[in-house]
This record gives sequence, structure tokens and C-alpha cells, in this order.
Amino acid sequence: MLQLENLKKSYIEPNGHVLPVLDIPSFRVEAAEQMVLLGRSGCGKSTLLHVIAGISRPDSGVVRLDGHDVATLSEAGRDRYRAAKLGYVFQTFNLLPGFSALENVLLGMTFARRRYNVKRAEQLLDRVGLSQRSHHKPSALSVGEQQRVAVARALANQPTLLLADEPTANVDPANQQTVIDLIRETCREEKIAMILVTHSMEVADQFDRVDRLEDINKVLALVSHPSSLNPHP
Amino acid sequence: MSLWKIAWRSIQQRGLASALTALSMALGVLLVVAVLSIHGVVSQSFKNNSSLGYNLIVGAKGGKLQLTLNTVYYLSQPVENIPYEYYLEFTGGDERKNALKHSIRENVHDDQWGSIEAVSLLGMDGLAGIGGLLASESLRNADQDELDLERSGKFGMYSALAIPLCLGDYFGQFRVVGTTPDLFNKLTFGPYDDKTYEFSQGRNFETWNKEHGYFEAVVGATVAREMDVKLGQGISPAHGDPEGEGHASQFTVVGILRPTGTPNDRAVFINMEGFYLMEDHAKPLPKDEEEEQAVTGFGGIAGGFVEPEVAHDHDHAHAPQEPLPVEQREVTAILLRTVNPMIAVGLPTTINEGPVAQCVLPIREITNLFSFIVAPIQAALLGITALVCFVSGISILVSIYNSMSDRKHEIAVMRALGASRGTVMAVILFESILLSVGGGMIGWIGAHSLMTLPVVSNAVEQRTGVPIGFTSFAPPIENNLELLGLGPIIGSVPPELLLIPALLLLAVSVGFLPAMAAYRTDVAKSLGS
Repeated sequence: MLQLENLKKSYIEPNGHVLPVLDIPSFRVEAAEQMVLLGRSGCGKSTLLHVIAGISRPDSGVVRLDGHDVATLSEAGRDRYRAAKLGYVFQTFNLLPGFSALENVLLGMTFARRRYNVKRAEQLLDRVGLSQRSHHKPSALSVGEQQRVAVARALANQPTLLLADEPTANVDPANQQTVIDLIRETCREEKIAMILVTHSMEVADQFDRVDRLEDINKVLALVSHPSSLNPHP
Repeated sequence: MSLWKIAWRSIQQRGLASALTALSMALGVLLVVAVLSIHGVVSQSFKNNSSLGYNLIVGAKGGKLQLTLNTVYYLSQPVENIPYEYYLEFTGGDERKNALKHSIRENVHDDQWGSIEAVSLLGMDGLAGIGGLLASESLRNADQDELDLERSGKFGMYSALAIPLCLGDYFGQFRVVGTTPDLFNKLTFGPYDDKTYEFSQGRNFETWNKEHGYFEAVVGATVAREMDVKLGQGISPAHGDPEGEGHASQFTVVGILRPTGTPNDRAVFINMEGFYLMEDHAKPLPKDEEEEQAVTGFGGIAGGFVEPEVAHDHDHAHAPQEPLPVEQREVTAILLRTVNPMIAVGLPTTINEGPVAQCVLPIREITNLFSFIVAPIQAALLGITALVCFVSGISILVSIYNSMSDRKHEIAVMRALGASRGTVMAVILFESILLSVGGGMIGWIGAHSLMTLPVVSNAVEQRTGVPIGFTSFAPPIENNLELLGLGPIIGSVPPELLLIPALLLLAVSVGFLPAMAAYRTDVAKSLGS
């Protein structure tokens, strides 16, 4: 379903030097598969998710989801792809503070150019246990509740793939397992593939498939040899 | 959820800043609407007041505008006076004949001319005596020509209505107008010249009656209200100046006009015959005519005119009193309605070529005044208030633009959820439109609410006769738009409706910069921030 081939991404540093971040020869995620991508902070996890989500364009390579090469799409095409095919759960939840829990869920539907479905949004909030809090603003919700709203928002458009970027990093330990269970169960029910990025072994141990980013990203394999990273020694 | 709602939520999120920027726009629009409404009231008032049922004013030679302002609006000082006999040239044969019966010369008989000559020649001798004799003969011939009682006035055939006005006196701060009952019986007013004068109390004054003689008065609605004038009250005009010495003569108020929205609301109307009989209102006669008076008995000599009667408690009927001789009368202006509107084009030229008077088209003078003085002032005011709106627009720009740095993360989240660059740009533009148009609506409602407050609307209606309702739109501003070169394009559209596209244009203009900032937001970078 998701297939990355020869994916390369680098950044230009302020001094003009090119900093390679991703070099992934091959990476696949099957439909409805749930997997963990394990990696330490700063190893390019978020960049990889941005490339898969079409937020960033790769320097080269293929990012194919359901047969469409995201890398070759125009920016508007990537926006449509993101709205229709992807769900995104952020580490910091990223709920919009001026909107209620229900409106935050509806927001995802608005940009998908679908007729937004209030009933589905309410069902999702009910599913994450927030039916009684649907009209509360994020500031009136606990951290755990905010993350549950973020999960509901990510699932609003019935995406093909859910990207969860360290979804428990800012959640208190008591709620971490609840959030993970929630994400996994809802994805299973809706047959949504999931890539969960984390650096927590405790979380990773619950999944059948755990990929270390160091293993799939050739750039990280060269970190121990800095001279090979810098084209201008 | 619509993009409008997203924009509205964003405005709510920055409640205080949004409210203040919308308020500044509201104040700007309030000022614009107020200026437009004042323009509307002034225009309507000018229009009403330039349709007073006559189309020409005849008065002494001098400034045309001064004659118009003085006659139509009772402003400024009278130019000068013209002879009453000249007024009679605008009347028909019968009216002229009746008026001239009160002429000194008409009452001079041939035997009396002999006396005049004798008096004239007293003390003269030689050539001077012969010269005096010839002069008096010439005077007699001239007078006999002028006093052809059978002819109509020279301009009588062109006049459907000629009403004389005598100005110069005051009642408090209000002008006193000596005129004939025809002013209220025959003249109409209003934008369509279809309204007749009505009395809220009493009746029109009469030329003479047994109860009050020549001394009846009618007051305008504003005068009655501000001076607390009641029916039956005696009023004494002050001579020549609001602070001037009051005449001894008193006029009895017999009628109070209903509000008309014309300058007549702010004036006192007295019977012209009574006006002439007040002290110092008789035109001094040349020496020879004084001598005629001595012969004929006019002017205070037994059997002729008596001193003007002073009003007093009326428990008896008045004996008929002789009016002032024609030779001692003057009028300040004549309101003239021609039998045919086309005549009003040529008649002024004929009159102006003569030595006695000038004739003006009041509507032309009023239009000129409006176009060259009032309209530019209003255009300037409109420009200033438009500038206030523009500054308010800039404050919206600053408010939204300053919020952009805080909102980049939100915009990036929306983009990550699938919003396109165009979508986030539209949200910012909608925000600007909501603030501008919303503020503008508040300003419009505020302005119209203020204007329909009873204190304001009653005062405006009483002073101008223009009613103001909550949904009253200011009329098209052709004059101002012509000044701006836009007259032919949008001259017929109520200017308040033009505020809507103007505010939209302003909103899009000021929202464009922050919208572009939203458009250019780096999603990956802002999500990480």
C-alpha cells in the first residue's frame, strides 16, 4: 500500500552545506498494517513523516500510496492527497485553540472537500470517550483528552494511512496506554494502516512490526563516519 | 465547517484585538454615514426650499445670491428696496387700479395742482420762478402718465402671482416679513410644489378686519415653539436689528403655521399694510410731494392719514384706517410666479436691463450655492471620513498581520490537515472582510440609530422638514461624484449602498498582505516550531 523507493531528502544549511537527512532504499507498509518506527530524537523521523504526508517533497525517489506517486504530485495535489488519504496525530496534538473538540474534528473534514458529517464527528468523539466534552475548547480539556480529540480528528476522513508522531510523548504515563490502545483499536476497526513513530521501547514492544530508522535510513548508518556526510570537508 | 466559520472562530480567539479593530472601522463608517446623511438632509432641504411655489425673485439691484438668501432663507441683510409702484407693474389692471387709489397723486385735483404750483413758487422769483413753474408742469404731466389707472402693470401679463415682501424687522432672533395673505393662500411648497400651508392653530392674517385693523400676524412653527407664542398674543417687531428698538405697534397673532420644513417655520409674517403703518417704515417723500400731502390732507393732517395705530386691548371695533400712500411704500422683494415657465427665462433679462430692479432665478442661485460651496465642503468632509475608514482598514491590517507570527503554527496545522494555500489565504481574507464589513455594519446601525433618536430626528425634522427613518438612505451624491469625475458611473446609486463594495474592496486590500503571509507559510518548519 505504502511504498518508498530510493527516497532521498536533504536540507541546505545556512552556511550552504547540504545536510542529508533521509536515504531510504526501500520501505513498505501493507494495508491495515500497524507498525512502529523506532528512533532517537533528531534522527529524521518527523522529516520522513512529512515526506510521506506530502508536506515536504523528497529530493528524489518514490513515495507511492495506493498506487499514486506523492512525490510527483503538484502542491495542490499533495494537499488533496493529504486531506483524503492521510490522518496525522501530532506529538503536541496541535488542536486549534479557538475551536471546540467537535469543531476540531470537523476541521479535518472541511479541508477534504467532503460535505462534513457532524454525525460521524460525534460518533468519533463518542468512540474516544469524549461525547460529553464535544463542545469544550482544548483549553478546557486535559492533556489525555486533547490527544484523544487529535486521534478522532485524524480518523475523521477515513484515511488509508494514519501517521502518529510520538503520540504519547506529552501524555502522562497513566494515559499513555489508553491513547495507544485507542489508536490501535480504531485503526483496526476502520482498517487503516498505521505508522507510529516513537522512541519508547515500552510502546514498541506492543507491536508485531518494529522498524528501527537506523536500519532503513542509510544516512544514519554513516553517522559514525562524519567525513562521508560532508561533501566539503 | 465553512471557511467563514473558521475565520469567525479566529476572530473570536483574538476577541479584544478584533473588537477594537472592528470598533475603529465602525467609527469610520459611522462618520461616513453621518456625513452622507447630513448631505442628504441638506440636499433635501435645499430641494424643498427651492420649490416654494414661485420661480423668480425681483428685488433691488445688487448681489443675486444675497437677494436669494435674504428672500428665500431670510438670511443676510436686504439688498435695498424697490418702489411699491414697481411691484404694481407685476399686477393686473384691477389690482393696480385699487392700489393706486391710495396714491397721493391720484388724490391731487387740478385745482390743487394750482396750489402746489403756488407753494412751489413761493420764495422764487425771476428765472427760478419760471423754471419752477415748468418743473411742476412737467411733474403733473408725468404723474398723469404714470397714473394711467386703466392699464395693467407692464409685466402683469407675465405674472400668475406676485407677492411683495417687506423685510428689515425682527421678533427676537427671527425675521419679520411684511407681506400679503396671498403668501399662505396661494403659494405652495414641498419638493413637488404640491403642499399648501396649514395652520396648527388659528388662521391666516387678513388685510384688514374690524377686530385688529391692519395689525394681524402669523408665526412659523419654530418661532411659536421657541418664543412660546400663543394665539391672541401681541408682538412688537424690533426695527432693523434683533437687538433693535421695538416698534410701538403691536400685531396680534391670529395663526400658527404647521411645521413646513421651510425657512417660513422660522419667521413671523405680518400684514404688509400694518408693516407700512409702523413708525419709520414710511418712505420719506421728496419735498414737493410733502407739500402735496399738505394740500391733499395725507400724512397726519386732519381728514387724511393718521399716525399708525398702536395695538391695545380690543373690546371695540376698529374704524377703517387709511393705508400708507403708494408713494411712501417700498418693497424688499417680489416673489413672482410666471404664467409660463419659459417666461422665467427671458423676463429676468428684460427687468435687469431696466434701471430699477434685478430679477433672479432662485433655483439657479441655490443650485450654484450648493454646487460651488456646499457640495465641495461636503466632498471634503466625505474625503476626510473616507480617510478615517482607510486608517481603520490599516489598523485591521496591522492587527491581522501582527497575529500572523502567532498563527503560523495554526496555519501549518490546517495545511497538514489538507488545507491548500488558497484555503488558508481565503480564511485570512474572510477574517479581514468580517472585521471590515462587520465593523461597517455596526457603524451603519450606530449612525442610523443615533439619527433616529427622537432628540435628533425631531430636531432635524423641525429645522429642515426632512423626516429621518432608520432605513432612510442618504440620496445619491451626484454633485460630489461629479467633482470626483464619477457622476456618470454611479451617480444614481445611494452612497450608503456603495459602502458595501467599498468596504469589501478595503477588506480585501488590507487582508491581502497577511493573507500572502499565510499563503507562504512553511508548513514543515512551522509544525516543528
